[in-house]
Amino acid sequence: MPTISMTVNGKSVSGEAEGRTLLVTFLREELGLTGTHVGCDTSQCGACTIDVNGQSVKACTMFAAEAEGAQVTTIEGMANPDGSLGVIQQAFQDNHGLQCGFCTPGMVMTAADLLKNNPNPSEKEVREYLEGNLCRCTGYHNIVKSILAAAATLRGEQVAAE
Amino acid sequence: MYAFDLVKPKSLSEAIEALQADEAQPLGGGQTLIPTLKQRLAMPSSLVSLAGIAELVGISASGGVLTVKGATTHGAVAAQTDFPGLAGLAGKIGDPAVRHRGTMGGSIANNDPAACYPSAALACGATIVAAGKDGSREIAADDYFQGLFATALEEGEIVTEIRFPIPQASNYQKFEQPASRFPLVGVFVAKFADKVGVGVTGAGENGVFRWEEAEAALAGNFSPDAIEGLSVSAEGLMGDIHATPEYRAHLIKVMTKRAVAACA
Repeated sequence: MPTISMTVNGKSVSGEAEGRTLLVTFLREELGLTGTHVGCDTSQCGACTIDVNGQSVKACTMFAAEAEGAQVTTIEGMANPDGSLGVIQQAFQDNHGLQCGFCTPGMVMTAADLLKNNPNPSEKEVREYLEGNLCRCTGYHNIVKSILAAAATLRGEQVAAE
Repeated sequence: MYAFDLVKPKSLSEAIEALQADEAQPLGGGQTLIPTLKQRLAMPSSLVSLAGIAELVGISASGGVLTVKGATTHGAVAAQTDFPGLAGLAGKIGDPAVRHRGTMGGSIANNDPAACYPSAALACGATIVAAGKDGSREIAADDYFQGLFATALEEGEIVTEIRFPIPQASNYQKFEQPASRFPLVGVFVAKFADKVGVGVTGAGENGVFRWEEAEAALAGNFSPDAIEGLSVSAEGLMGDIHATPEYRAHLIKVMTKRAVAACA
């Protein structure tokens, strides 16, 4: 089996992957990074969303070998270096942006992708950007609230806790 | 998925060579092909990845023509500003993560009967450039789309670029099938100085087609009123659990009127 290498959450990693090995399988089973979830396995639900070379992708619909040499960020890379929750993660906790939590890794990664390019999104823009991320618990309302709160924090604004 | 070799050529010529192998298949962004492979509906011996070939990526506009290289993503097409109608279409394909991977060449080569781009290619009279072992050739959109998942591409040929004459005004209206977000009916209207193009996707039993009656009416009077008196026949339109042929026929006219109105 060929060996492939990439940078995941700032660390150089390598592992074995067949041609058909999906990137999400490589992350979870070869690297043990199980924070990236497999929900539908048909690129509909977005639970497996990660960042590859600065853009969000669905890790269930990309082959591991296509990420050879890439810069990859997963949910495990979203925490602060001391292990405390990153801004977006903290906003999800503060705003009750998750219930069962299965979709949350994908939601956080999609939120990070949005806020990188659009630091001050409207509620409508947040909802539109979450088009490819399904949540069956929250009704999305608190997820949207979490992302808007994270955006405000990242812009350096003080947000009153509710 | 059945097992296959993933080949990652560095240039177009290497890719063409790799595609001459038995049962080799090109891999664009994989947003259709990978789900197909997961269902074991395809069994290639090798997949030739086009995503990493720099000469197949990029968008340029000159002389009133927008040239999109085959491995350019929907996200990049959505971000260009030279052809706003096409950007609007691309920005509504799938979702952000899908648009970061899926490519125009992949969509045009696959020719899904409900894909969005073919409607724009037909309405604009685009030219599809294909490369194979015998070199490169140009195919007019009218000759290129040949039915459900059928195109003028030969075995081992890939779409290297699509050239769109840029219309004076254009708009794409998509009535989404709510689960898949593919168009139940999608209509691209392109207004040029001397003609109007109307491309219809999602509706035809033989895939994308031009609504020529509306083109003629709109060429004389570019307003939604111009097609008020026209009707679309349900004959030859798709019927499935989502919509009857009659409903699709109705939607074609509604979407066309909306697209014309949005051009103003």
